Amino acid sequence: MSDSPAPLALEHTPGLQHHFADMEQQRNASSLGMWIFLGTEIMFFGGMFLAYLVYRMWYFNEFAAGSRTLNLPIGAVNTAVLICSSLTVALSVRAAQLGKRMLLVTLLVLTILFGLVFLGVKAYEWNEKFTEHHVPGYSFHFKQESTEKPVDQGRAQIFFSLYFAMTGMHALHMIIGVGIFGVITWMAWRGRFTPEYHTPVEIAGLYWHFVDIVWIYLFPLLYLIDRRPHG
Amino acid sequence: MSEHILSSKLYWTIWAVLICLTGITAWVSTVDLGPLNTVVALLIASGKALLVVLIFMHVKYTSEKLTRVVIISALFWLLILLGLSLTDYFIRRPGLAGGA
Repeated sequence: MSDSPAPLALEHTPGLQHHFADMEQQRNASSLGMWIFLGTEIMFFGGMFLAYLVYRMWYFNEFAAGSRTLNLPIGAVNTAVLICSSLTVALSVRAAQLGKRMLLVTLLVLTILFGLVFLGVKAYEWNEKFTEHHVPGYSFHFKQESTEKPVDQGRAQIFFSLYFAMTGMHALHMIIGVGIFGVITWMAWRGRFTPEYHTPVEIAGLYWHFVDIVWIYLFPLLYLIDRRPHG
Repeated sequence: MSEHILSSKLYWTIWAVLICLTGITAWVSTVDLGPLNTVVALLIASGKALLVVLIFMHVKYTSEKLTRVVIISALFWLLILLGLSLTDYFIRRPGLAGGA
């Protein structure tokens, strides 16, 4: 806080709302609110991670066997796709800070494209689960390799239930993220962001990076439980 | 006072590190390290998450201390959720909780 009296509200920057002292306070308030929301998201996903941990320790054999049927190269490539999308988001925030409108729009569109590629690959993987009868329900059947310890069908279903719940909730967050970035891109195209005011880009970016972090944990926990050579 | 504008070179470097770590974690999972496989996978994931939070999400450069308080509290709550629940599940008499 400076000693000089606050500047008259009449002369403030167009993006400043009257109940904030200056742009920095306004920006910090928005970002703090987003971080609190992300805190609730951590607890939301935390519940599923907890269920996963308990069942993984109880039924390790089935979780390991189920994990080995997931497509490792595709999972790794999809992780890389999400990391690329996080890069374009980080660079788009930078473009907004510098006021480069066309670069901002290009990076935002690239982010949406990466997000859609991730979702497309995810849909392909889910489809694989249907043809392999790995979707929990009446037609579930886990065909095991002869070298493995006997796999309990019910316990294997718990692994795939958690797989679908966790990747499904993550994909739902991705779909919402693509929607949010659609709106942000439209706003950027209309020239709504300036170096002084681009908080929506930043806040949407925080959300996107958070969803990326969830996947950074989901990838090793679901795909890499037990990939060591056996026998 | 004003916000930090990071160089795009830094973002590209972090991106390259994250891609490399993804490759490493996929490869190291196929090497037999015994119980350490899970530990290594989680350490790499946490390292990646830390890079994203500090650089991509600008937490390293924020002047707002409240943001850090919120993040640390959120992680602390997560620790309570996981830690206390797991001790509850695993110190019960076998059979009571339905586990093997």
